[in-house]
Order: sequence, then C-alpha cells, then structure tokens
Amino acid sequence: MSQGFSIPRFKLPRLFSAIGPHLPQWPHSLALATALNAAAKTGLLPADSLLPLEGRSFVVEVIDAGGQASFCYRDGLFRPLLSAPTAPDLSFRANLSAFLQLLARQEDPDTLFFKRELSVSGDTELGLVVKNMLDAIEWPQWPVLSSVTRFRHQPFD
Amino acid sequence: MVARQKIPELICPAGSLPALKAAVDNGADAVYLGYRDDTNARNFAGLNFDHKAMVEGIRYAQSRRRQVLMAINTFAQPGRAADWRRAVDGAADLGVDAVILADVGLLDYASKTHPDLRLHLSVQGSATSYEAVNFAQREFGIRRAVLPRVLTLAQVETVIRHTTVAIEVFGFGSLCVMNEGRCWLSSYATGESPNTVGACSPAKYVKWERSPGRMSTRLNGILIDRFADDEPAGYPTLCKGRFEVDGATYYALEEPTSLNVLEILPAIAAIGVAAIKVEGRQRSPTYVAQVTRTLRAALDELARGDRPFQAKAAWRTELAKVAEGSQVTLGAYNRPWR
Repeated sequence: MSQGFSIPRFKLPRLFSAIGPHLPQWPHSLALATALNAAAKTGLLPADSLLPLEGRSFVVEVIDAGGQASFCYRDGLFRPLLSAPTAPDLSFRANLSAFLQLLARQEDPDTLFFKRELSVSGDTELGLVVKNMLDAIEWPQWPVLSSVTRFRHQPFD
Repeated sequence: MVARQKIPELICPAGSLPALKAAVDNGADAVYLGYRDDTNARNFAGLNFDHKAMVEGIRYAQSRRRQVLMAINTFAQPGRAADWRRAVDGAADLGVDAVILADVGLLDYASKTHPDLRLHLSVQGSATSYEAVNFAQREFGIRRAVLPRVLTLAQVETVIRHTTVAIEVFGFGSLCVMNEGRCWLSSYATGESPNTVGACSPAKYVKWERSPGRMSTRLNGILIDRFADDEPAGYPTLCKGRFEVDGATYYALEEPTSLNVLEILPAIAAIGVAAIKVEGRQRSPTYVAQVTRTLRAALDELARGDRPFQAKAAWRTELAKVAEGSQVTLGAYNRPWR
C-alpha cells in the first residue's frame, strides 16, 4: 500500500546487541548531537520549541543494535555526553526499525507505543514536548525525502 | 445511472500544521484544530497552533475548498472568561468555517457578538438528547451538534429524527469512558480535567516505570496498570486502568481500545448522520494520513451506491494497526442498553 520506499519491521541479529554495548558509545552521541544541531541551525527545529529542552539530558537506546546515544541541550546547543547519565530526564527505547519508521513518518509514535515497540521513560511531559516538536516539523520537499515523508492520496486497491 | 448515496462528511484532527496538511491531502472534508492554550480540550505540551501556523493552516485548507472548524471546547474558568471570548473573536477574525463550543456562556457570547459565525455544539457540551440539542439551537442558533459516544445507533437515529440540527458522531479514535463533558476521573486523580485545563490525565502526572519483563503506569502516583512486555498498552487514564474489584483484577471501566465504525458505515449514512469525526489531535501526521486515507476510501465506496458496501480487509488492517491497545470496537453503537 505504501508508495515508494517502505521500511519493514525487522530486528537486527542478536550478534549486534551482544557486541554493541562493548563498543564505545560516544560516536553515536556525537553523530546524533551534530545532526540535531544542524537541524536547529537550518530552522527545521524552530528555536522557540527548543526552549523547554534547555538543561535537560536525553538517552536514545537502540535495543537490537546494542547502542545508545546520550546528549544534553545546554545554552542553545545539543552536546554529546561521553557517558550515559544514570537518570536522564528523558529516554526513548526501541529497535532500529521502529526508529527508522518514526523518522520516515511511516508509523505513528503512539501506535508504536501501544504495540510496545517504543518505550518512553523519565519526564513524560518532556517526552510529549519532544514528540510534538518532531511532529510539527515540515520536512523540506526534496525529491528523495518526499517519497518517504509526504502524505499523498494513496487509493486502496 | 445509479444515484450516488449521500454520505457523511469526514472531519479529521489537526494537532499541527503537517497533520492538517495530511488530513487535507488525504481527503478530509474538514479539519478541526485549536489554539495552543487551555481553550481547547487537547491542550498538550507542544501541540496545536500558534497564530502564524493557524493562518497558514486555514489558508491551506480553505484554498482547497475544505472547511476549518476551531475547537474552543473547554469551559471558561473563573475570572478568565475574557480569554475564551478572545478566542472566539480570534476565530471569527480568522474566518474559520465554524467554532466548536461547549460552554453555554460562551455559546451565548458567540451567538450575540458574531451572529454570522457558524456554531457547533462540542461533544464536551454533552448533549445526549434531542431536547438538549434543540435547546442549544433555540437559544444559540447552533447548526451542528457532536454527540457523546454513550448513545446506541438507535438513540442517535431518534435524535436525528427530532431535530433540524445537523448531527455529527465519532467514527474512529481512542475510546474513553465515553461520558464526555461529565467525566471527573482525571480530576479525581490529578485535580485537572479536559473541561478545566484542556487535558485528560496531563502528562506531568504520568510516569511509565520499566522493570524487567513489565511496565507500570502511574497517574499522580496512582498505579493504573501493569503490562507484560508482550501486552498492548493504552493511554494512561483512569478509565483504562485495571483495578481489583471483588477479588478480580481487570479492566473494570473500559479497555484500551479505539472506536471504529467501518462496519456500520451504511447504517450511519442511512439514518442521516451529517458528519463523522476522527479523534486524535494528539496523534502524529502519520496517523492522520493513515486514518483519513482509509475512511475516505470507505466513504467513497459507500457513495458509489452501485453495490453492497463491504469493508475491505486492507481498511480493517490499517485502522486496527493504529488503534489504541491494537484493538477496535463499535462501542456503544451496537450495545443493547437503553
């Protein structure tokens, strides 16, 4: 039914989750913080919607990859954390396919939550702020992105 | 040539500009939205429209000949009536197609101050009888009423037969205890409710606690439910909690589930329902696109009228997928109660 590229539900082989935690985690944290700063700089993440994130710490855990990214938002910048905070203000936990489906706007976060494919812990209100901030992003209509992020009328046949 | 059957309008939720565009692009006849404050009953952190997004959303929908309905459907709080009146004035200035109101004081204000503004009675107004609907028509000139989800289909039909007000019912979305406008469960647990602050079980009171093999949900410290890792979950509201009653622990009020009228669409159209509403302004643009697209296809199929309507398996699958608790129900529509 989906048009163009569709991300299937999958789970990485156990090997990943066995090896992943033993690898350094800072590259994930650095990559994610860099990407978020780029999104903020281009205006994709509006400055005013980032205000509630000030001084808060976050962990994004990819279960089947055995990896996690930790970062905080301070003085208007996303900053990688070299080690995961013991009690982050907010953490998201899911398999890689669920995160990819969310990013591509192929699945709804509440749907994944109901199906127990996405879990959120910590400050629930902060989680809602982040979720709604991501939902309100108007993705640029680049030709490659548009095949996965635009909502076209797709008749059922 | 077969006459096309008259079908209800499809009213879809917009909690953000991308959600509004998803609704319009996928076939909604109208979208409903609200300001980013407690004048609407989906006042969640980071959700809804500021002025700029509102202007852009209204332009996007109306330029494609779709309607925009603005929900100002909470109850004016003591000493702050001016905030709610300002919201109505703002809606009139923006040129929305209708406002959805619940508070009789606000209905009175809107009807007197903006006589040309089309008024819909919100589900939060809790009109469950034709007497209540006709009262609001006589006093405030409402043109449409949204019925709470406590009524059976036969009761909806009775209302429609005894009023000239257009009737809107819920077609899809998360089902709560269904006593809209009169529910105090959220207030009981947190001191805040949809009627007062615009949110049921506000997120600041919610905690999801993960422990090996299970997840617990607490609302203001009250344990609402515990899920094993493979059990579908629902929203953290009291009505969807599992409680111990007479020694048994179960969903004593309502299960985590979504209403879905797909199977009874022909009956809904036949009794003269003017519009069906999709719940879910708190959901993402993805959900709005999925549900709007599916119900548009079903309504278009019904409109053809040249063969018996049959819900397609793909529609059922798509709607069940996004449903709360991953299950759907006909709710009160097909219950034998009176």
